[in-house]
Order: sequence, then C-alpha cells, then structure tokens
Amino acid sequence: MKELLDARNVIVALVVAGLLLLPLYTSITGNIFVLTLFTRIVIFALAAASLNLIMGYGGMMSFGHAAYLGIGGYAVGILAAEGIGSGFIQWPVALAASALFALVVGALSLRTRGVYFIMITLAFAQMAYYIASGLARYGGDDGLTIYKRSTFDGLINLSSRVQFYYLCLACLFGGIYLIWRIVNSRFGMVVQGLRSNEARMQAIGFPASRYRLVCFVIAGTMCGLAGALLANNTDFVSPAVMYWTRSGDLMVMVILGGMGSLFGPMIGAIVYLLLEELLSQVTEYWALIMGPLLLLIVLFGHGGILGLLGRLRRG
Amino acid sequence: MADPLLRVENLVLRFGGIVATDNVSLDVAGGELHAVIGPNGAGKTTLISQLTGQLLPHSGTIRLAGADITRVPAYRRSALGLARSFQITSLLLDFTAIDNVALAAQAHDGHSFYFWSNARKERHLRRTALAALDRVGLGHRADVLVSRLSHGEQRELELAVALATKPQLLLLDEPMAGLGSTESARMVKLLQELRREVTIVLVEHDMDAVFALADRISVMVYGRVIASGAPAAIRQNEEVRRAYLGDQHAVTRHG
Amino acid sequence: MLLVVEQFLNGLQFGLLLFLLAAGLTLVFGIMDFVNLAHGSLYMMGAYFAATFVAWTGNFVIGVMLALGATLLLGIVVEFVALRHLYGRDHLDHVLATFGLILFFNDAVRLIWGPAGLALPLPAWLTVPIQIMPGVFYPSYRLAIIVVSLLVAAFLYVVVMRSRLGMLIRAGASNREMIGALGINIKLLYTLVFGLGAALAGLAGLMQAPILTVQIGMGENILILAFVIIVIGGIGSIRGAFLAAIFVGLIDTLGRAFLPDLLRQMLSSTAASTAAPALSSMLIYLLMAIVLVLRPEGLFPANRR
Repeated sequence: MKELLDARNVIVALVVAGLLLLPLYTSITGNIFVLTLFTRIVIFALAAASLNLIMGYGGMMSFGHAAYLGIGGYAVGILAAEGIGSGFIQWPVALAASALFALVVGALSLRTRGVYFIMITLAFAQMAYYIASGLARYGGDDGLTIYKRSTFDGLINLSSRVQFYYLCLACLFGGIYLIWRIVNSRFGMVVQGLRSNEARMQAIGFPASRYRLVCFVIAGTMCGLAGALLANNTDFVSPAVMYWTRSGDLMVMVILGGMGSLFGPMIGAIVYLLLEELLSQVTEYWALIMGPLLLLIVLFGHGGILGLLGRLRRG
Repeated sequence: MADPLLRVENLVLRFGGIVATDNVSLDVAGGELHAVIGPNGAGKTTLISQLTGQLLPHSGTIRLAGADITRVPAYRRSALGLARSFQITSLLLDFTAIDNVALAAQAHDGHSFYFWSNARKERHLRRTALAALDRVGLGHRADVLVSRLSHGEQRELELAVALATKPQLLLLDEPMAGLGSTESARMVKLLQELRREVTIVLVEHDMDAVFALADRISVMVYGRVIASGAPAAIRQNEEVRRAYLGDQHAVTRHG
Repeated sequence: MLLVVEQFLNGLQFGLLLFLLAAGLTLVFGIMDFVNLAHGSLYMMGAYFAATFVAWTGNFVIGVMLALGATLLLGIVVEFVALRHLYGRDHLDHVLATFGLILFFNDAVRLIWGPAGLALPLPAWLTVPIQIMPGVFYPSYRLAIIVVSLLVAAFLYVVVMRSRLGMLIRAGASNREMIGALGINIKLLYTLVFGLGAALAGLAGLMQAPILTVQIGMGENILILAFVIIVIGGIGSIRGAFLAAIFVGLIDTLGRAFLPDLLRQMLSSTAASTAAPALSSMLIYLLMAIVLVLRPEGLFPANRR
C-alpha cells in the first residue's frame, strides 16, 4: 500500500481527478476560458502519449509526429469543406490517412537509425507541411476554416463545450489505457526489448523492423485522432500545425513529463502548455523564460518531472 | 566425420584493408564441444558474428545441419536452432532476469503480434524461463533487474537466455570473461552438464576450462585456423605453442 | 539561356551559403557528437549583428567584420555557459536543450530589435553588375558571396586536411577517446570548434542579409536545409557537405525558377502558383528521402565509430 501512495501516483491521481471534475469548476465559476484551454491541453496530451509510445517505449525518436495532427485535422477539414460533415465518415478517414502515412514514412525511415532517423522523420513531416501549403483549394498557407464541427447523428454534440471536453478526455484516457495494454503485451515486450538492446533481440529471433513499423503506425493513428479533435476544437486547420517546431513541442512534452512512463506525457503536456499560457499572460516575451527553463530541465532533471518525483521519494 | 552439424567452408571477411576472416574452414560434429582459441584480435568473435548472421562474409559458406545459412538474416537463424551468448554482456538491462529469458522463450512460441493480454502472465513462458534460470543456478534471482545482477550472474543469465530458445547449436563467446575462480568452476560444471544435450562451440581464453571441456580444439591466429584437432594434439603442435601457448602467452584463469 | 546561366549562378551561390551553414553544423556534430538546433539562431544573430553594426558604423566592411566577431563571441559564450555540459549525453537532450535556446533567441531578438525585420543595404560599390560573359551581367555582390564562400571552403580544407588542428579534428571525428588519451585539451578544442561553427553560421547569415532577409525565425527555415545537407553528405564529412550543398542549392534554385512555368503548362494558373513553391520546397526532402533509403549513412560517411 505504501508503494501505491508514493508521490508520483498521488500526483497523477490528483491530476486525473482534477481533469474529471474541471467542467464542474468552470460551470460554477463561469470561467469558460479554462475549459477551452484544458480541452486543448487534453488533446495535446493524447498526441504526446502517442509519441511516447514510439519514443519512450520504442526508442524511436521521431521528429515528425506533428504531421499526424495535420493529417487528422485536414481529413476533417477537407471532408467538411466538401460537404461531408458526419464524424462517422470524417474520423475513420482521419485515422486511415494517418495510418497510411505512418506506414509509408515508417517503412522508409526505419531503415535508418539515430540522428538519421530523427532527420528523415523531420523531412517527411516538412513534406506534409509543404503539401498542405500547396493546397490552394483548401486554403494553402492561410489554412482552412471548419464551419461546422463533426456531427455524430445526435449521439454527441461537439458544439457543446462540456460534451466536447469529456469526449477529448475519454479519448485521452482510452488512449492511455490502450497504450498500457499494448506495452505489457507480447508486442509491447518486443518493442521495449528492441529499444533496450536490438542485437540481443535479433539474436533470440525477433525481426526488428516489422514490430517497429507496427508500433510506428499505431502511434501515428492515435495522433491522427488527436488531429481530428484539434481541428474540431479550433474550428480551423492550417499547415502551421505540422511545422517542425510543433513536433519539437510534442517531444518537449514527452521528455518533460518523463519518457516511457504511462502518465508522463499527460503531465508534460499540462505543465508545458500551462506554463506557456501563464508566462504569456505575465509577459509578451514568455519564451525568454521558457527557453532557459527547458535548458535547465535538461541539465538537471533526468527522467522528466515524474523521474524527479521518483527520486525525491527514494532520497 | 559423418555429416557435421556445422560446416564452415572457406569463409572470408574483409574490413577495408584488413582480412578479419582469412579462408576459415571448420567442422563441428553433433554432440561435441568444440573450442576455438587464439590470441586477442585473432578474429574469433568476428567468426561467431558471421555464424549468427550479425556480419555477412564476402565469400565462403556456412551450413547448419546441411542447410546453407550463409546469408540467412540473424533473427531467422535462431529459429533454425542457433543460439549465442555475447562476449560483452548483452542483455536487456532494464528488464528482470526472468523477463529476459521469457522473451527468448516468447520468440520461439509463435508470433508476437498480440496487443492486449499481459505477456508476463503467460504461464508456459514463465515456466520455461524459470526452468532455464534454475538450470544455470539463477532461479532465486528471477525477479532482479539485470542491471543489479553481479557480473558473474549476468554471464550465467546470458547462458540461460540462449538455452531458452532450445538450440541445437550453442555458440558461447567467452562465457567466463571476468569471472572469479568459484564462478568459473561453476560455469565449467554447468557446461559439462549442457554438453550432453546440445552441441557447443566455445570461444575462450581460460585454458584450464578449454582443456577440461573440449572434445576438439581449433586455433585461430590473424583470422586463420592454424590447427584443428584433439586437445592432446593441439598441446603438442609446434606452431600453436609458438603462436599462442608459448611462454610469452601463458594465459591462465582470469581473476 | 541567359536566365539559365543566371539561375545556375544563383543556385551555386545559394549552395555555397548553405555549405557554410552546413559545414559548421557537421563539424560540431561530427566532433562533439552534438546536435545543435540553435545553429540557425547563430545564423540569425549574424544577420542581425551585421544590420546593426553596419548602421552604427556607416561602413559596410567594418560592420560586417564586427558582426562576425560578435557571432563568434556569442557562440563561445553559449558553449561555455550552457552547451558544454551536454556533451556525451543523449541526442534527445541536445535537441531539447537547443530547442529551448531557439525559443530564447527568437524572443530576445524580438525584445531588442522588435518584431519587424531589419534591412541591410549594400554600399554602392557592391551593387555594380559585373560582366562575366559577353552580354551576361551578374550582380557583383552575389559574385562576392561566391568568391568569399569558396575562399572559406578552401581555408577549411587546408585547416582540416593539412594543419595539426585539422588532424585533431579529423581524429576526433572518428575516435573521441583517443584524442583525450593524447593529452590534448579537449575542452579547449571543443570550444574552438564550436566557435568556428558559430562563425561560419554567422558569416552565412550576414552574407545573405542584403539579398534575402533579416527577420525572426529565419534560422529555423534554413536549419532544416542544413540538416538535410549533412544527412545527404554524410555526418562529419565536410567534403560530403560541400557536394551535397551545391547539389541542394542548384536543385532548389532551379526548381523554384523553372517549376512554376512547367506546372502552368499542366495545371490552371492559380493552382500552379500555389503548388509550385510547395513542390519546389518538397524537392529537397524528396531527394533526402531517396538518398537515405539507398544509402542510410549518407553519401560520404566519416569513419564508423
């Protein structure tokens, strides 16, 4: 029981409870801004969690993960612009498109290792960015406005802030649960083993590439879902969401929260985006503080926030 | 001999200007314990890496039970019955001992595209893993993180991992490296038991162990096999004494 | 025909500029195994310093020299204060830390110089067109860029291939521990190399300032191209960076110049005008993807570690 009560688990439990009860708080205080802010945070937490699957558990440092936010978003946006507003069509398309992109990019990129892998995933994401910029019909650089959110035949009303928030939260927790099951399954063991020592894994008989590819595709698909959610949240999608610095943001969230931990990306996303929000209210030049802060965290904080908490418990 | 289990013929591997494997030919009969010895840099580990598929030779053939495996990818050779231990301990450090062995068992238990059930709860895998651990004497350390095991225990774990894949040919690359005298003795005893069940190719520097265990010995120097035969014959061989067993190169037990 | 020659020279000039940037990056990566995303920020600072010092002193050459020195100093300070503690750590730590630096520099520039960009006007003697072939005139400033870049490339070649420092650099690229064992002051070597990289980035930034841009975020756009170049060329290889940079510069420039017309013959005018720049930008990434698929280590990888 003592183990369960360590600092990390307590904090995670509190955060989860807080997220669940947030709409209650905002309906009492009437502070709608906080609700929309946290909807955005929850969506990015899902994206970060999907990145953590390949980075933290799989050891694949992808610098192009934001591409899936764009692909999912544009799937929703383009279909909406063409008159197809049903979420039952838009979202599966978003997932399928993301999976396909991940399949192609993964098949090509996973032939490389280390910094080459980082760069090639970055390049593919930039390609997606430029493709989106070149779509004159769908706004190009200016982006695409989505006039009506995805409809689900009356099952759920995405225009209702509270309903939408809980949908995003459900996707986040569902995603984390799925990752938990995957990571502990046979498949997850192989992927983690490949991160730990690929030569050893090959020697005992595991073909590395196919397992890594499948993991890559799962992560990309999950992020595509986040992309569809994000497009609905902002009623807008533009190439900017795929720019490489956005992929950097996602990486920061994962590393900040603690790579390879289940709830780390969620904590990381919350801290990073809240910090960004708070700092930008204090000063227009919030990056002046955020930048060196990141630097300090890298220099002194191993394993992110959850890692730090773990050490505090032991020490 | 009757069809050998492992037949290596004219294997050549070059790294830039260096000939790491210089026309190596070697036969290992089923059931024997064949030791490969030689000074550091002789190309023993390079040979093992070609046998396991981590390196591909430029020319020559490797046959396992008659089948040509020269260009078969590394992961496939394990299914064909080849297992190795690494010279520099190569385990999954952030997993427990039993996790490491269970993964090896998992690799030989069908595919691993199962995404839902907890792999650690698969009883038959855990049973096989525990059995292999008990075999090498690590049963009581099953749930310890590999990074927390002593060096000797890690070497033994390497062996357990290799055994869990139920190999017909075991390639051991300096299993006694860095072991103290008690641990070495334990390893020798273990290998004495294992040799009755599986064919072993043993690369070692520990001469006492080699002469105690080997049915036949091949000596490698500068990438070539300069002598191959029964231990007694090797001991007498002039060339071998000069190159390796001579006064300057008296190699005894480590530690 | 004239257009092709002009665009070819432009491509060459762009490629050489990219080489300066990529050379600094590949040096730092090859020797210290350090992934420096903030390299683009140093490029930006070179441009901003140049615009500022030239305006202060009223003299182009002096202003540019001061800017070069300032960027060199900035690079050394950043290395000394922050980055040197990260050597030997995971590349991911480098990425995160230098990403933080990018954020910092962008906002610092915005604070000091404001959000709008700057301009760096050329002195009269550099705006004279020079006749390079009968009937073909080319801006003298662009020629100057080509000449300076080639001189720097030659200088780098001499230093890296012929001098003692260069030998250390090349040895360091293939075997880091050996350098330490030789008793060389590694810390000093690393700081010098980083400074050199910063100076190269700053030089590239200030040289392109009069003809392209001096604005926030200019570093990020071109940084990716620099990474693409060193990946194509092979990490740690200056020769590879040179060839890849020229190649990339030519493809990018020629692509942007001639692709729109090509597309206009196939698509409608509006579609072509938005698709063309997107497609030209994509060309480079396509190229990198192809190279990596065929040769995962780049075209001229430095020795394996």
